[in-house]
Amino acid sequence: MTFLAKPKLHHPTLPKNKLGFTRRDYEGKVSTLCAGCGHDSISAALIQAFWELDIQPHRVAKMSGIGCSSKTPDYFLGQSHGFNTVHGRMPSVLTGANLANRDLIYLGVSGDGDSASIGLGQFAHVMRRGVNMTYILENNGVYGLTKGQFSATADKGSKAKKGSINADSAIDTVSLALLMGATFVARSFSGDKHQLVPLVKAAIAHQGAAFIDVISPCVAFNNHAGSTKSYEYIREHNEAVNRLDFWPTREAITVDYSAGGVIEVPTHDGSILKLRKLHEDYDPSDKINASAMIASAAVKGEVLTGLLYVAPDAEDLHAHLNTYETAFNTLGEKELCPGSAMLEKINAGLR
Amino acid sequence: MQPTDIRNPDYFHKVVDCQWACPAHTPVPEYIRLIAAGRYSDAYLVNWKSNVFPGILGRTCDRPCEPACRRGRVEEAQQAKPEPVAICRLKRVTADYKDDDDVKKRIAAGKKTKSNGKKIVCIGAGPASLTVARDLAPLGYEVTVFDQDPRAGGMIWSQIPRFRLPLEVIDEEVNYILDLGVSFKQRKITSMKEVMKEGYDAIFVGSGAPRGRDLDIPGRKEGAKNIHIGIDWLSSVSFGHTTKIGKRVIVLGGGNTAMDCCRTSKRIGGEDVKVIVRSGFDEMKASPWEKEDAQHEGIPIMNFLVPKSFITQGGKLTGMTFEKVKAVYDDKGKRSLVSTGEPDQAFECDDVLVAVGQENSFPWIEKDCGIEFDKWGLPVLDKATFQASVPNVFFGGDSAFGPKNIIWAVAHGHDAAVSIDKLLNSEDLKLRPAPGVTLVSQKMGIHEWSYDNEIAGDARYKVPWADIKATLKNVKMEVELGFDVATAWKEAQRCLNCDVQTVFTDKLCIECDACVDICPMDCISFVPNAEEEVLRKNLNAPATNLTQDLYVSGPLKTMRVMAKDEDVCLHCGLCAERCPTGAWDMQKFLAEMTYAGDGCRNHQNQKKKAA
Ligand SMILES: Cc1cc2nc3c(=O)[nH]c(=O)nc-3n(C[C@H](O)[C@H](O)[C@H](O)COP(=O)(O)OP(=O)(O)OC[C@H]3O[C@@H](n4cnc5c(N)ncnc54)[C@H](O)[C@@H]3O)c2cc1C
Ligand SMILES: Cc1ncc(C[n+]2csc(CCOP(=O)(O)OP(=O)(O)O)c2C)c(N)n1
Ligand code: SF4
Ligand code: SF4
Ligand code: SF4
Ligand SMILES: [Mg+2]
Repeated sequence: MTFLAKPKLHHPTLPKNKLGFTRRDYEGKVSTLCAGCGHDSISAALIQAFWELDIQPHRVAKMSGIGCSSKTPDYFLGQSHGFNTVHGRMPSVLTGANLANRDLIYLGVSGDGDSASIGLGQFAHVMRRGVNMTYILENNGVYGLTKGQFSATADKGSKAKKGSINADSAIDTVSLALLMGATFVARSFSGDKHQLVPLVKAAIAHQGAAFIDVISPCVAFNNHAGSTKSYEYIREHNEAVNRLDFWPTREAITVDYSAGGVIEVPTHDGSILKLRKLHEDYDPSDKINASAMIASAAVKGEVLTGLLYVAPDAEDLHAHLNTYETAFNTLGEKELCPGSAMLEKINAGLR
Repeated sequence: MQPTDIRNPDYFHKVVDCQWACPAHTPVPEYIRLIAAGRYSDAYLVNWKSNVFPGILGRTCDRPCEPACRRGRVEEAQQAKPEPVAICRLKRVTADYKDDDDVKKRIAAGKKTKSNGKKIVCIGAGPASLTVARDLAPLGYEVTVFDQDPRAGGMIWSQIPRFRLPLEVIDEEVNYILDLGVSFKQRKITSMKEVMKEGYDAIFVGSGAPRGRDLDIPGRKEGAKNIHIGIDWLSSVSFGHTTKIGKRVIVLGGGNTAMDCCRTSKRIGGEDVKVIVRSGFDEMKASPWEKEDAQHEGIPIMNFLVPKSFITQGGKLTGMTFEKVKAVYDDKGKRSLVSTGEPDQAFECDDVLVAVGQENSFPWIEKDCGIEFDKWGLPVLDKATFQASVPNVFFGGDSAFGPKNIIWAVAHGHDAAVSIDKLLNSEDLKLRPAPGVTLVSQKMGIHEWSYDNEIAGDARYKVPWADIKATLKNVKMEVELGFDVATAWKEAQRCLNCDVQTVFTDKLCIECDACVDICPMDCISFVPNAEEEVLRKNLNAPATNLTQDLYVSGPLKTMRVMAKDEDVCLHCGLCAERCPTGAWDMQKFLAEMTYAGDGCRNHQNQKKKAA
């Protein structure tokens, strides 16, 4: 058995972005996940989003925990920085890295086991601290890597491949992120790149804690009848509240929008989020209403997807703490070690 | 679009671009894989079955397969010079490295010792006739081939210069055929009626297009001694009658004959040899590689010069004058050559070779023998069966539709042989069975295929040449040396195995996008169905090559369809490796062309008998 590297050859008309890179330049090593794993599609969506945003790969730091999902950073953005942490500890490592160097673009990649089981505490805190990052949770309802035990996001009553029924309540990571203070919250599906790619782009542009829960079927252990995280189940129960179009600048908007049903969400960096409403009464800037809608959809057995909440006036951890702007790695020894006189001064201030 | 009907034998055949483009439909990737496996004799016989002259064609074929080869399109925008697989020169590899005794034995095994009592005559011993003979003799037909020349081979032997095609190669492959029990006799046919009276069950005319066009301009008569018709002159060199030419030679014409004339001149005394052509360089009929070869030997090609007169002094040719022209295109894109108004240009020379075209000529076929000719002097034929207006007379090769090339002559020969076999079995010639096709899965395990699906990134390898100083001194010394075994293997790796098809089963697809994500060439899309024109624009990569089909599935669970643009698929199998349900499979397609013999017959006559 061999895994062939994807041939370097590409379509003759494959376009280049502003940096002169093709989409293929944003790929990583060949995936070792199971054929048909939803996680691979998410990697493809991330590749597309970073390529479309003309982001230089070396400006990105990919952080992940443990799990099939957490392995994926190896399979995209091969030229970027990365850190594979211990299980469930990605948020704290990401937070530390972000504090030390705010110039990089932080991408957290995790699984439902990694985030909602072992890492639940870390998940909650990284959201409430408002770390500027894009947190992707590749949610398949199981521990894929350890052969398919239910994770904490598995719906109560859903059936395992071998037949056992999940008796525990599910943690809804989207509701939790909202509650914890994430300022950009979305849900999507690995099988719908038209929805996912613009969401990822908007999340990257968002200057605060951006969270996307991406339902991502595990073909090996959770894609059978009775599962609520299978391709078929999600396709049947997917309720998109809106369609997002992301425009890096106002000039770039090329689509003609008919007047009704489009909302424009302002952002800090001048990029434009245009939302085509699919649900009349869904307003993604109203957090309380968003929480209520998510909860009532869940009761109906619907999986609400789209941009669920975005706070236009988001702030991040650095703003909260009023930190020094320059990245540590560009500061000199003098700035980093200001000497005993300064230490004395600080200590005196604390007495 | 309607779902693609992959049961139509042409659908996957077209995907094998080279095989589809080859007039004889040689299964190219099949023999290339055999070369890579070191099975040269098997690779040779795959060729021999389809194109009859692998060693000859491996040096001289017009190679319509190469411009069609997918590799050239795939390398576009990523290789400095995108190039097809060296299909033709790999064919030569099979001839060079085969086990001669083994091949000879295996070919001889097809020889029939018992006659079926039917007699066939072939007039002319070129590739068309020899193919008819090769296909029919093993079935028990008694085949006699007549040629005015003492050896069989036709223009392969009389025209193509030895420095491109050594005599031994011709002899070997012609003898494989004659040794099947075909009788060859030197005889110039002067009357068709006479042949018709000799009691043959069928007559095949493979007499070629033997007349070289002349150039009737002032000075032609006066300079006649040093003005030669290209093809007559070339055969005279081949036969050893002509061994010298003047120091300064002008070759007129832009086709392959002109290229052979100039390169031959350079070898037998010509020092200042130039080719002068009416048209522009790109419109010349000669293949690009033949032009390159001529230029490589220091022969200038001069374009947009129309011959005006031969200059003679005291009855001896001294030069030629030409009118300078330019190409002008009308709004329909039709080209005409008009004078530039500049003064005529004159070139001195000792000899001129006129290679401005070939014509058919059948002075030996009596007007009242029943065979009809059209206003261009070509026989009136059924385009599929090659049958003339006299039912048991068939034409093929250059004599059928005008001068073409060897591989077309072979293809005609196969088809005419089928017609003859059907005719003599009282069958309807027009009911011709489609090629038999098989599709066999290549899957052996997870990530394991019975073909090598790794894609080589190498650029095309060049065939090495003998030292130019030596080859220019000897008209019989072969210029190309052929690939060595190691280079042949590397060149074989460039082939994409286009016959290993991507076969899609819509019922199995769960639309997980895995194939879309992995496909390096963005061939696969899941899209709402639409008319072909719309669909071609809506794919992940636009499908702009209209000669390449879209493979479209039936509706999937989301009511979208899978649409695959066949154009630049690498046949790497990654889609199938990544598919969790086996909806994609890699299956080897093999088209078994219909040849004379049992396979070509519908047995209508037997049914009739039974009824
Ligand atoms: C200079 C030159 C170079 C060429 N190079 C190439 C090349 O590199 N590659 C390629 O594919 N093609 C090439 N061709 C074309 C190719 O040779 C012909 O297309 C091909 O040989 C045609 O085959 P055929 O069987 O129709 O007849 P031919 O090969 O033309 O054979 C016809 C035979 O019939 C015989 N004949 C004719 N009339 C009579 C008669 N009345 N009685 C008895 N015998 C008769 C002739 O003597 C001749 O031997 C070249 C042609 C020329 C002129
Ligand atoms: C500290 C620790 N505990 C347990 C494990 C075993 N373990 C490996 S991956 C995994 C679950 C991963 O689940 P998830 O994050 O959902 O990833 P998936 O494989 O489903 O994508 C577990 C429990 C571990 N590696 N480390
Ligand atoms: S076990 Fe499940 S989650 Fe892991 S790679 Fe396989 S399909 Fe994906
Ligand atoms: S790549 Fe190989 S199989 Fe494909 S067209 Fe070229 S020679 Fe034929
Ligand atoms: S074989 Fe499959 S993956 Fe490979 S290029 Fe063709 S369609 Fe794409
Ligand atoms: Mg999981």
